[in-house]
Amino acid sequence: MKMLGIIFSNIYDNQLGRLTEHRAMASVPYGGRYRLIDFVLTNMVSSSITSVGVITKSNYQSLMDHLGNGSEWDLDRKTDGLYILPPFSSGQTTVYKGKLEALQGAVNFLEHAMPDYVVLSDTNIVMRIDYRDMLKAHIKSGADITMLTKNCSELDEDVIRDTIVRCDESGRINDVRILPTDADKEGDKMGLGVYIISKKLLMKIIDDSRSYGLTNFERDCIQRSKDIINIRSYNHEGSIVVIDNLNNYYKGNMALLDTKINRELFVKNGPVYTKTRDEVPAKYDEYAVVKNSLIADGCVVNGTVENSILFRGVKVKKGAKITNSIVMQDTVIGKDATIANAILDKEVKISDNKMIVGDKQYPTILAKGVTI
Amino acid sequence: MLKTKECIAMLLAGGQGSRLGVLTKHLAKPAVPFGGKYRIIDFTLSNCINSGIDTVGVLTQYQPLLLNDYIGNGHPWGLNRNYGGVHILSPYTKSKTAEWYKGTANAIYQNIKFIDNYNPEYVVILSGDHIYKMDYSKMLAFHKEKQADCTIAVLDVPKEEASRFGIMNITDDNKIYEFEEKPPQPKSTKASMGVYIFTWDKLRKYLIEDEENAESSNDFGKNIIPAMLDAGENLYAYLFEGYWKDVGTIDSLWEANMDLLNDDLPMDLSDKKFKIFARNNSNPCTLIKDGAVVKNSLMSEGCIVEGNVNCSIISTNCEIQKGANILYSVIMSGGVVEEGATVQYAIVGENVVIKKGAVVGQLPGEYENADDWGVCVVGNNRVIEENQKVKSKEMV
Repeated sequence: MKMLGIIFSNIYDNQLGRLTEHRAMASVPYGGRYRLIDFVLTNMVSSSITSVGVITKSNYQSLMDHLGNGSEWDLDRKTDGLYILPPFSSGQTTVYKGKLEALQGAVNFLEHAMPDYVVLSDTNIVMRIDYRDMLKAHIKSGADITMLTKNCSELDEDVIRDTIVRCDESGRINDVRILPTDADKEGDKMGLGVYIISKKLLMKIIDDSRSYGLTNFERDCIQRSKDIINIRSYNHEGSIVVIDNLNNYYKGNMALLDTKINRELFVKNGPVYTKTRDEVPAKYDEYAVVKNSLIADGCVVNGTVENSILFRGVKVKKGAKITNSIVMQDTVIGKDATIANAILDKEVKISDNKMIVGDKQYPTILAKGVTI
Repeated sequence: MLKTKECIAMLLAGGQGSRLGVLTKHLAKPAVPFGGKYRIIDFTLSNCINSGIDTVGVLTQYQPLLLNDYIGNGHPWGLNRNYGGVHILSPYTKSKTAEWYKGTANAIYQNIKFIDNYNPEYVVILSGDHIYKMDYSKMLAFHKEKQADCTIAVLDVPKEEASRFGIMNITDDNKIYEFEEKPPQPKSTKASMGVYIFTWDKLRKYLIEDEENAESSNDFGKNIIPAMLDAGENLYAYLFEGYWKDVGTIDSLWEANMDLLNDDLPMDLSDKKFKIFARNNSNPCTLIKDGAVVKNSLMSEGCIVEGNVNCSIISTNCEIQKGANILYSVIMSGGVVEEGATVQYAIVGENVVIKKGAVVGQLPGEYENADDWGVCVVGNNRVIEENQKVKSKEMV
């Protein structure tokens, strides 16, 4: 059975503050060389999905630049491949508010696609999953919609409990709460923003939502229809990293310093594909002291780096000290500068001797391109 | 408009590279890994595209499978063109004959039809076993300015080393009047880099004549260049200034790798306007754990390091375990160096496992006579057993 993929690139944009000021959630940098969308795209491609639509709304220039023609994911194809679906705003509709409305822009893409099943996914959860297993369960159970879930008891305390569901004995979802305050009761599961649904039913849902003016997939479709259609949960067993606010973004990056999670995400389930930059291997100079850190290609390190993540092309001059920080692409840290508990966006320049020190609970964020 | 290419490149990549021993047992020399994430051929291929040459014929013969696979459709180098691009040219059978490439000139001769398809004015002949960054378009401008029939790139080498190279004796105007292959008493220090630009009409004629001569060994240096000089054609030397290294031997391959650690090297790999491209295998960032000490080294992505690395080149996906020591060595991709193992002055091939307590290579100080000491080599996919010792100069 063939599937096609639809990725919502802008959902949760407002939760990452400065990091999403000029970029979509999907193109938020992660883990030293990736963008969040890389994980969803790689999972889809590794699950033999060859047709992927990316629904965009705003700030999608960096995303388009990242995706190119899809060749890094082998999605540059004659039949199928990668489709960017910008807002469908002709006629009376405007830029969409929720996923249901967003899907109206994908109607043409869906109509012309061959596969019978659709995987819908957000980009804010980093994980490795084979959607083929989920589809098998979907077909076997006779569900109308299958929702990927994780037991609340397995989630980090800080993760925002967004869509919380409970199932009956057969696994059918019989209770859906959005942002409840008492989430972690026994049997509570959180939805991970991934759904499998037949193309036929999805088209009907999109059509109904248009005529009834519904916008929110979780509230207007899942919550309202749970008694009418058979919505079931499928539990994800592997590790997940939820990027739902800035603190969790910070923690979610630091999680990659744990060898087990790192290998589970990047090696055990095959490589994660991303745009290549043809950088030189990282150079460690005479005064380099690196501990418990992730270092990308193109970095030149001549200072101290501890418990930190350096993206591609970061330069750390002699005597500089970086601790507990995330430093993005092409940022330069001057001599004897001190960076602690901070997130430095791309192309930031820190002059010699400067100090940027944040709090571990609330890391300081420097926006793209600033010079200190 | 009739489609033509002004200049195309032919890259000789068929050499066995027997002096690299175990490293080239199952792959051609141009495919040997270099500098942590590259293969030797990346330098010439990248030079081509960075010089505006988007049509490259790669002549392969010895163990071509990995090389063919690596080059693929040329996408990593931007050499995937509808018209032009990179082409693998292996020897093939013709209606009357079927032969291997007999020599460098014969290899080009057998592909005259390929070149004619593009109807170029100029052809650059390159070899796939040198490490250097060079803008061939500057050399082509020189070739045109001199209205030369052939231009040979030369490098000023130290006088005492000149007898190891093909030496060009030139006039003040850079015109070549004599070529000597490895002369015992060199008259000049201008050594050929194995980079030639020919005006195609001329080269075509000399290739056909050379083929008719049964005595000829069908080699550019031995036959084509001398024949053109004898006939009084215009041959010029183009002086290249910069880093260039032949990596045909274990020692020179090791040295060239170590050269990358020198900040003053006159070859900047990180120049964004002249990148060296390579096929990329999507590896995560390197994870440096507590207790690791990494200094004066180049390290590619996908590694996990808990041990000590000094003055070394570590390629993609290596694992350096606790207490392991790497010194002045090259570890190719997928290598595992287990706890307490030592690797010093060594080239370690791809996917090698060095077990606990093993010692690979020896320090120069362990030998009284410096000539007895040398770099050791571990071939691809080998396992060095616990506490095993690999001596200096040894190849396993």
